[in-house]
This record gives sequence, structure tokens and C-alpha cells, in this order.
Amino acid sequence: MDIFIQQIVNGLVLGSIYALVALGYTMVYGIMGLINFAHGEVVMIGALTALSVINKLAGSGLPGPVVVLAGLAVAVPVCMATGFIIERIAYRPLRHAPRLAPLITAIGVSILLQQVAMLFWGRNYHTFPAVLPSAPHQIFGAALTDVQIIIVLLAAATMSGLWLLVNRTRLGRAMRATSEHPAIASLMGVDVNRIIAFTFVLGSALAALAGVMVSANYSTAHYHMGFLLGLKAFTAAVLGGIGNLGGAMLGGVLLGIIESLGAGYIGDLTNFCWWSNHLPGGTGAGLCEQFGDRGFLGSNYKDIFAFFVLILVLVFRPSGLMGEKVAERA
Amino acid sequence: MKAPMLAVKDLRVAYGGIQAVKGIDFEVGTGETVCLIGANGAGKTSTLKALARMLPASGSILYRGGDISHCPPHALIGQGLTLVPEGRGVFARLSVEENLDMGAYHRAAAADIADDLARVYQLLPRLKERRTQLAGTLSGGEQQMLALGRALMARPQLLLLDEPSMGLAPLMVRKVFEVVHSIAEQGVSILLVEQNARLALTVSARGYVMESGLITLADRADRLLGDSRVRQAYLGGE
Repeated sequence: MDIFIQQIVNGLVLGSIYALVALGYTMVYGIMGLINFAHGEVVMIGALTALSVINKLAGSGLPGPVVVLAGLAVAVPVCMATGFIIERIAYRPLRHAPRLAPLITAIGVSILLQQVAMLFWGRNYHTFPAVLPSAPHQIFGAALTDVQIIIVLLAAATMSGLWLLVNRTRLGRAMRATSEHPAIASLMGVDVNRIIAFTFVLGSALAALAGVMVSANYSTAHYHMGFLLGLKAFTAAVLGGIGNLGGAMLGGVLLGIIESLGAGYIGDLTNFCWWSNHLPGGTGAGLCEQFGDRGFLGSNYKDIFAFFVLILVLVFRPSGLMGEKVAERA
Repeated sequence: MKAPMLAVKDLRVAYGGIQAVKGIDFEVGTGETVCLIGANGAGKTSTLKALARMLPASGSILYRGGDISHCPPHALIGQGLTLVPEGRGVFARLSVEENLDMGAYHRAAAADIADDLARVYQLLPRLKERRTQLAGTLSGGEQQMLALGRALMARPQLLLLDEPSMGLAPLMVRKVFEVVHSIAEQGVSILLVEQNARLALTVSARGYVMESGLITLADRADRLLGDSRVRQAYLGGE
């Protein structure tokens, strides 16, 4: 039971990060129908930029939280600028091109950013210095660090702010109008190009925050980290219903929990002895003897769960949990 | 006729290799209601879209004396030129009131906007009843009312109306035209595109008949209503 609660807690932390990244995917998709596959790389740039600053300041005697905040304060504008530039030079010229063109461009931008990051930060893993308290609290039998608590709270606060921005402000109204009918929003005086640029910049700011969180959570960052993280966040966005903000938040948290539980139990689930102990009548006891009491797959196979979820969603509910029917958009 | 609100010369619109509008001249006077009638595919909607800068066009478009043929589309509404597009174009996933607020997006003075909202609700009480509802849940007629209300929130000087009667039940068509008439009475210039030629000519001072991208007839509305060619082609004989 302790393992179960621990994995739920870990999943919530991970899911908060996925949700922040998934929001970037879903906002851009909602407003221009584009899957920005380079978004994961923006997270990576945010993480590495912040780490560079944090490592510089780590020995300076400043308090740890200040050091991390300084890293975040540099990473956010760097990512916002990156998002702005990507939209301006890679996607805007393709605004009216067939849909495959911007998609392939997105993959190209993703590769380009990875290579640039590799030149800049090298191939090494960069470690997050121990500037934050890491002694865990015990809550309901689960260990939880301050960093994890802050990740969940900060993600929740950021997402609430985003929700208010989109649903309660003039700018958010213009974003929703643009996402539905760009040409008519333009008739209403909305400068659609500015709204699209703003959407990229906003998504990139969330990506920077997620990048700092993920590197603090795993204590590491490297130039290749954006790829898998981006794919998982994309999966979360699809799970929730791409284009739907609430869906991205829900999908992110769900995916985090699924992955975490999967990592916790994959050893048992691929162990014949575990099955024979739990199935009525000890079914499979022979296989248990034959293969021994061990799981075939360890928690390093946790990544398969996200893609398992992606396949299930695409087969059984392509519009996602909270998405509308795909046909309505066409 | 008073000084023209809109003066169009040699307007040509081509897209996808098709010449939809082949060089037309027309005018809309200040405070005047003018209609553009003609069969499906005559180029009426293309003309309006070109005026709203949604389609590339050549020729000169003088609006209140200034050339707007190089103006970006989102800058027109601030100059008082508003299009109510064919098919209404309400934002289905925004509430009725949010749709109306979008009409005033370019305006800054919150007090004035609140006044205008009250005026629109007075003119279209149905919208007030449904203000929190998503626009996509409204009936076709209500959506047309919303599109008109949204356009009014922009404080237009020239309103371009594209087929406001399309797809509506006869009773609703009459209501929509009552609203159009009351907008005209407030002094707003209107360029109306309609397939329902009789109705359009009844509310207009002048009319233009378009055929295959060209204007073939231009006259006072009452004379067009009596014209044998118009009666034959667009008013169902008699």
C-alpha cells in the first residue's frame, strides 16, 4: 500500500510537469492546428539555461531558493524568445501551406534546437546542484520532498492563472476567437499574427518553468531530454483532447500517475511468481518455477506506458477524454 | 445623393485562377442603404470580401475619401467598416455576451462599450435572455441577430451585410430585415448583398445587379423593382 501511495504522489509531481508542457502543445494546436514538435526542445533549453545560471550561482552563498529563482528568471525570457523566433521564422511563412509542411518543419526545428543545444552545452549530463533541501517529509506513508511539493503547487497556481487569462480576459477572448475563426477574429480587429506569436511565447514560458521543474525533480538535464519529454507531453495533450486546455491539464496528471504506477508495478506484472501468488489456484506456478521469481522488465521500461496510452487513445477515443468530436472541426 | 461613404472603381478579384469580379464601379452614399443583387456565383460575396480585405483585389477602394486597398484587415473595424459575413460567423464556443464584446474588441472606453451593450440588448432582447449561453447553441436566426448585434458593438459607419436571410425561416427573415432597417435609420450606411432580391430592394434606396462578375444594371431600388428584366430574372416573373 505504501508503494501505491508513493507512486501516486510521484505521479502527481511528474504529471504536473507533463501538464505544463502539454498546455504548450494544446494551445498552439488550438490556435493554428499545428503540432509543434519542437516544443519539447524549448523545455530542454529552459532546463539547461536555468542550470547554467544555477551552477554559476551555487557557490556564491546566496540562499538556494534565490539561486533557483534566478535560474528561472533567466530561463523564462530565453524560452519566450526562442518560441517567438521559432514561430516567426519557421511557422509563419508556412501559415497557408499544406498541413504536412509545418509538421515536417517542426521536426526539423526540433533537431536543429537539439544540435544547437549540444554545441552550447555539450553531450554531458548536467547535474542540478544540491541547493534545495532534499530531506523528505512523510505523508500518508509516502516520502515527499519540498521540491516536489513546490512543483505541484506552482504548477497548479500557474495553470489557474492561465485558465483565468484565457477565460476571463480580453486577450484570452481574442485567443479563443482566433482559435475558432481566425479570419472573423481579424474582422473584429484582432491582429491574428500577434495572437499567434503571443500563444507561442506563453507556451514557451510554461515550457521554461517545466524545464526547471523536471531538472530539479530528476537532478539532471541534458541536450536530449526534450525529445521523450515532448512526446510524453504530446501524448498527455492527446489523452485529454488536443486543443482543450482542461484536457491538457487532466491528461498530464493522468499520464504522470499511469507512468508512475506502471514503473512501480511493472516488475510484478512481468513476474510469473507474482501472478501465481495472486491468481486463484496458483495458476502459472509452473512458469514461476521455470523462470524464477523475478520480473522481466524493470522500472527503466516505464516509458512504454505513455506510448501504450497514446495507442489506446488513438484507437478508441481519438478526440481524447475532454475533446470534442474530430469531425466537428473539419 | 450625399458625399459617398464608399466609392469603388474597377474592382477586380481573382482567386484560385478564377476571375470572380471583373472590374466593377459602385458607390454607397453616407447614410444610404444600397444592395447588390444577383444569382449565386455572380461575385457578390467576393466583392464584399475584397472590401473587407479578406481577398486580394485590384482597383481602387475609397472609404471616406481614403484608399483602404492596402489596409490590413484588422485595421478596418477601427475605421468604422464592419462586415457581417455570409453564414454569420459567430464564435460558437464563446458565450453570446463574449461574442458581442468581440465586436468592441478594438475599442478602449469601457463605459461607452457598456452603453452600446445595453442598446444592443434593447434592440435584440432575445440576446439578453441568452447572454450566458454558448453562441453555438443558438438557432440560425438568433445567430444572425447576434452577428448583427456584434457588428453594432463596433459602432460601424459602413456595414457590409452578406446574405443575412440565408437559411432562415420566412418569419425570421422578416425580423432580421426589421433590425437591418432600424440600423439604417440610425444613420449607418449599409451595403447589402442578397439573393432575396425583392426584400433587398424593398429596404434599399438603390441597387446594383451583378452577373458573372460584372454590374449589368444600376438604378433606384423602386425602378429596379419595376424593371421587367429584373422581375424576370430575380423576382420570379409575374
